[in-house]
Amino acid sequence: MGLEQEVEVLRRIPLFANIEPARLKLMAFASQRMTFKPNQALCREGEAGDAAYIIVEGTADILKDTEDGPVKVAQVGRNAIIGEIAILIDVPRTASVVATEELTALKITKDLFYRLIADFPEMGVEIMRVLARRLEETTAKLGEVEDRLRRAERGG
Amino acid sequence: MESNLFRYIWRHSKRDQLAILLLVVVSLPFYFMSLHLPKQIVNQGIQGQGFESITDTQPFARMYLPFGSELFGEPLLLFEGFSLQQPGFLLALSFTFLALVCINGGFKFVINTAKGRLGERMLRRLRYELTDRLLRFRLRSLRRMKSAEVATMVKDEVEPLGGFIGDAFVTPAFLGGQAITAMAFIMVQSIWLGLVAAAILAVQAILIPKLRVPILRLGKQRQITARQLAGRIGEVIDGATEVHAHDASNWERTELTSRLGRIFEIRFEIYRRKFFVKFLNNFLGQFTPFIFYAVGGLLAIYGQLDIGALVAVIAAYKDLPGPVRELLNWEQTRNDVQIKYDQVIEQFQQTDVLPPNHQDPHAEIPTLKGTLTVSGLSLTDENNNRLLDQVAFEMPLSGSLAVVGDATSGKDHLTQVLAGLTPPSGGSVRAGEQDLTRLPEAALGRRLGYVGPDAYLFPLSVRDNLIYGLKHRPLAPPERDDDARRLHAWHTAEARRTGNIDYDPEADWIDYEAAGVEGPDELEARLIEVLHLVDLDRDIYRFGLGGTLDPEARPEVARNILEARGRLAEHLAKQGHDDLVVRFDRDAYNPNASLAENLLFGTPRKPEYAPEALPDNRLVLDVLREAELEEAILAKGLSIAQTMVEIFADLPPGHPFFDQFSFISADDLPEFRQLVQRAGKSGPAALPEADRKRLLALPFRYIEARHRLDLIDEGFAARLLDARRALHQRVEAEDPEAVAFYEAREYNAAASLMDNVLFGRVVYGRAEAEETIQAAIAETLEDLGLHDTVVGIGMDFNVGVAGKMLSASQRQKVAIARAVVKRPDLLILNEATAVMDGATRAQLLDRLLQQRGETGIVWALERARLAERFDRVLVLQNGRLAEQGGFAELKDGGKALPELLAAD
Repeated sequence: MGLEQEVEVLRRIPLFANIEPARLKLMAFASQRMTFKPNQALCREGEAGDAAYIIVEGTADILKDTEDGPVKVAQVGRNAIIGEIAILIDVPRTASVVATEELTALKITKDLFYRLIADFPEMGVEIMRVLARRLEETTAKLGEVEDRLRRAERGG
Repeated sequence: MESNLFRYIWRHSKRDQLAILLLVVVSLPFYFMSLHLPKQIVNQGIQGQGFESITDTQPFARMYLPFGSELFGEPLLLFEGFSLQQPGFLLALSFTFLALVCINGGFKFVINTAKGRLGERMLRRLRYELTDRLLRFRLRSLRRMKSAEVATMVKDEVEPLGGFIGDAFVTPAFLGGQAITAMAFIMVQSIWLGLVAAAILAVQAILIPKLRVPILRLGKQRQITARQLAGRIGEVIDGATEVHAHDASNWERTELTSRLGRIFEIRFEIYRRKFFVKFLNNFLGQFTPFIFYAVGGLLAIYGQLDIGALVAVIAAYKDLPGPVRELLNWEQTRNDVQIKYDQVIEQFQQTDVLPPNHQDPHAEIPTLKGTLTVSGLSLTDENNNRLLDQVAFEMPLSGSLAVVGDATSGKDHLTQVLAGLTPPSGGSVRAGEQDLTRLPEAALGRRLGYVGPDAYLFPLSVRDNLIYGLKHRPLAPPERDDDARRLHAWHTAEARRTGNIDYDPEADWIDYEAAGVEGPDELEARLIEVLHLVDLDRDIYRFGLGGTLDPEARPEVARNILEARGRLAEHLAKQGHDDLVVRFDRDAYNPNASLAENLLFGTPRKPEYAPEALPDNRLVLDVLREAELEEAILAKGLSIAQTMVEIFADLPPGHPFFDQFSFISADDLPEFRQLVQRAGKSGPAALPEADRKRLLALPFRYIEARHRLDLIDEGFAARLLDARRALHQRVEAEDPEAVAFYEAREYNAAASLMDNVLFGRVVYGRAEAEETIQAAIAETLEDLGLHDTVVGIGMDFNVGVAGKMLSASQRQKVAIARAVVKRPDLLILNEATAVMDGATRAQLLDRLLQQRGETGIVWALERARLAERFDRVLVLQNGRLAEQGGFAELKDGGKALPELLAAD
């Protein structure tokens, strides 16, 4: 896949929908395209993070380590952005992301990520939107879990 | 050293000087004969003087005993001679002339060679003596010397002496003889004119040297300023970092300019005076004939002087000015070299040098055992400051002792005194029965190990640096064939003749016993062990992977590496990682390699075949043109330029993306923008040559898999492969040494070990590809038992000038390893790990202390906390011993140590 096609792929990602083609091209050129085999990890929980990924093709499981071993908490696919938390706030990876099939992703290093946000503020806004949506989902899930917990306590 | 140059020359070369003098004397009769002969050929041979007719004969080469008639009253005939007719006589004379030419030439050849050899021998002796003294100077004196100045002295300043030494005695004897002969002849003709000539000569001989005194003084200054210039240039290079970091280049320029100005001023003054003296000298030389003509002529007119005598005097005088002038020149040269000699000797004349027997390599070397007893140890500097004051302690020579204190505590001085590098001003250091301060360097250097805070590495391989401490004297002669043996014998004889050391530099100097090993193979294993001890083995392993190997010198290793190449492929295939490498294939375009690499398909041996040089390489351009690829590549260059201009257009100059991702630097971007516009208007084919070159250079760096501009399609790849084959043939035919081509079954001597094992490129954009491949290579090499071989090749890595190719931490590790390899009885370390990070330092300390065996350790530590690991601790304050004891004991009960710990 060449640069032009990559730009096409990027343009279809909502995060970059509003960005000029020339800038997308720069981003595609400056980022590294990586392919992962099934079961290969994009990142591992607890490790230091130096890059975020945008999935271009394929799917991956998000796994959390528990006492009973890794537990799948979500699945992500095309156009998903992952690993951005660790490079935003310098914490170790909060979960592992493992490819479930042959997967292609754009690797955006921490440095490139900050530069892009600084140079193109609209990207920053878009990322806020993604994070807000994720927060909203998490809050909803948390409410559900608390609800269930309360019912279980009453029942028990 | 001898302060008088003449006495020095005479003492070391009187036999040679006399031999040359004798040769000159023997050559003189032949020389005069050859002067006389042309006249005889013309008069007798050609004009036939003495021949009555064509059939008349004359005796040729008839010889009488010299002074025969005076001795015996009548000439005594020694040899009847041959009776020859005129033509025969002419030919005989001519051949005699030819023979004399050969004889004179022969004499000249022999005399000049002898003079040259004599000069060079003396020069060699002098230089050796200077370096010998240099090696015996105390460190204290050396610290005040500038290396560049000393180098100039030994190399350049004594150089003119070599030319002079051969003439030192011969010239005055020879020229003086000539001058005296001519003078005597004039005296015989006319005593008065002779006296006049002598008087003017005397004026010349007294006045000219007087006038030359200031010139010589200036010469002395010139020498010193030139030497200082050399020293300054050395400083600028040594301090290059500071010059740049403080933007001091213009100050340095000005400083150097002022020195150049001073040299110019001196030189100009020398020229003015020199040419005035020359003028005066010439004038006086011609003043004598003036008197002869004027006074002698008048005397002749008035009949007071015979005209014949006057003519004879004038004729004789002809031979006088030449020798006199040359004698005066010789005198000047003599003064000049004497000054140079004085200047150099003065620097080396210091009395504070080690006596030669201190470095006697055959000295008996006692092993140091028992207890190290230091008592009343004091050290003062030149200004009588006390650096160490009555320091006294004891330690078993197998123990470990930490010395702590702040920067003014004197702990560094203590280690240097213990190591015998600085003689103490008072007190004693004893190891068992031995007084260490009296032991020669030959013993201390072998039984003690010392590592300072900024140890020096020689610009050799890591290995040679490690075994530096094992080379004290030649131990096993090298193998030589007959020619080499003869040459070596000649070198040794010459070395002895000139008082040089006569050891064989090619002998095996390595003291294997000192390293505790049997021979070279065991030593190699031991070195790897020590590298591991100082935590340097992984670094050296990496050097090894990046290093090259001469497959002809080590065919077995090359074979093993080739085997590793196959094994790696199998290994990767087995693990399913085969797709992480694209191997070099003569018939395929490798998208993970640059276009340049794909075209060349080999490792450049000559710089004109390096990737960045290919667009300027005539042969490469030829091949591309023939394959009709030039325009295609140009089009790709334009395409790259267009893309770059488009996507980097909005970025401000200096944006890091330019460095990281662009083919074009920010500065060049506007120019490329115009270039792209021009190309858009006229088409790339119509661009001027310079533009085409710039565009052509871009695609050579293009890597399809990495840059992903979709420039390499199948058709292009196929044509490039044709060009690759054509280029291969052309290079093989025209410049076979230029490129080492990739061959699947051959070791590539120009490529690194790593490239030879991999024989391909790691695929771009595969997760963890690099790590996986690195691990697989390490595992493969390990399986084949090649790990140590790779470390061995890593030890061939040249550390660069002063070890600058290594990091400061690596340098110190090599230095510590160098001291450990020779297994000293006592290892003395002076803040040797100061440049390392905490974890590395702690690990190194632990390992050294654990694995030291019977070796005692005295370590001046940069941090007091580290002392916890040692048997005993000395705490120094202002050169005095504040307290000593075990770490725990002092930490709780002491005063100075807790303070240091608190400040740590």
